[in-house]
Amino acid sequence: MTNKSFHDNLEETRNKILKMGNLVDDAIGSAITALKSRNKDVAEKIIMDDEKIDKLELEIEQNCLSLIALQQPMARDLRFIGTAIKINTDLERMGDYAANISKIVLSIGDEPFIKPLIDLPRMAELSQEMVRKNMTAYINRDREMAIKAAALDHEIDHLYNQIFRDLLVFMTKDSRNIRQSTYLLMAARHFERIGDHATNVSEWIIYMATGERVELND
Amino acid sequence: MINKMEAKHLDFYYKDTQALFNINLPVEKNAVTALIGPSGCGKSTFLRTLNRMNDVIEKTKVVGEVLMDNKNIYDPDVDPVELRKKVGMVFQQPNPFPISIFDNIAYGPRIHGIKNKQKLQELVESSLKSAALWDEVKDRLHDSALGLSGGQQQRLVIARVLAVEPEMILMDEPASALDPISTSKLEELVRELKNNYTIVIVTHNMQQAARISDYTSFFLNGKLIEYDQTNIIFTAPREKQTEDYITGRFG
Repeated sequence: MTNKSFHDNLEETRNKILKMGNLVDDAIGSAITALKSRNKDVAEKIIMDDEKIDKLELEIEQNCLSLIALQQPMARDLRFIGTAIKINTDLERMGDYAANISKIVLSIGDEPFIKPLIDLPRMAELSQEMVRKNMTAYINRDREMAIKAAALDHEIDHLYNQIFRDLLVFMTKDSRNIRQSTYLLMAARHFERIGDHATNVSEWIIYMATGERVELND
Repeated sequence: MINKMEAKHLDFYYKDTQALFNINLPVEKNAVTALIGPSGCGKSTFLRTLNRMNDVIEKTKVVGEVLMDNKNIYDPDVDPVELRKKVGMVFQQPNPFPISIFDNIAYGPRIHGIKNKQKLQELVESSLKSAALWDEVKDRLHDSALGLSGGQQQRLVIARVLAVEPEMILMDEPASALDPISTSKLEELVRELKNNYTIVIVTHNMQQAARISDYTSFFLNGKLIEYDQTNIIFTAPREKQTEDYITGRFG
């Protein structure tokens, strides 16, 4: 009664989701590197590589829809596929934000920073940690690890508010700071959104593992 | 939740072989309860304990209770024939009698003493309407029932059950001999019927259980492994054995 090709396909889907997680993790890491060093080449590569993530998203989505139509999955398999469809979208969005940050790098160009970047790299690190913890939780169907991942979003939100206040001061002091401050604020906003999508991913991993739908970090 | 029926600590034996072990299962009123599980798990045996159909098999023994409206149907003062009038049954193979459509439906009421032609006619019409068959047969009520298609025959059998005005209907794989369109009609009918009747259905088709039932119970080796709302059983069952069975990881 066991259906080998179906279970092989589920395994393949799982590996693709993990690959997606890796690509997003790399994109976030490269985006902050590009921003810190104002490296246009790195930024342009991230924007190009985002297409890989988009393509993978479509593949996963199509495959999951076929599985539902052809295999009528139930219980843990159904939760697995439902979760794949949902976190697939969240991961793809996170990739988009990394690409958006790269576009900001291109817009800022070579002009010197109005202040040293400290909080933005911290936001990037936390985002990457959320992705990694989520992927670990995903592989092991680990509810506790998913909760740990989502908990990091509080810190990201806190950093975003701090950056907002700091940049407001810079803009108020000297209107010539407005242009770059706005770009940096947008970058911070993108990291903040990455954190929110990562939280969604944690919630869906908990659903996959236990069947319960929880709302983390209201 | 109002229980129409409830099995309590029910054991069942064929001679020395125990087929059911301590079954505790509620059957909610005006709902569809599905029984699923692999062949030989006891689901059909259990179904037949609910209207004492097993009584007709020799050397069987029931221990425990089946309460219907809080009265044990195995009490000595319960007449099994009266019980089966209240708890009708539909089988896997449609089994119309080799007589006319009209007489098939009127058979039960006549046995129970209804002679009035007008009353019989009304019963036949309302039963066929409830079984979603009236429009297809109203112009040939006096033709043989054997001329109907398999799907129509199954609905005819359901109409025959309805004609004796039961409170519950037990169905033992009622769609397994039907084509997809007849199956879909039958499923639609089951959903309609639950407004007026309490239904328990045995099915091998898990998608069917998922589509039509409100509650699902999973049987394995004569034991009730899990009972819950259908939605929960098919998305997040509690028991690993249930999960393994419905995801095809069984055996």
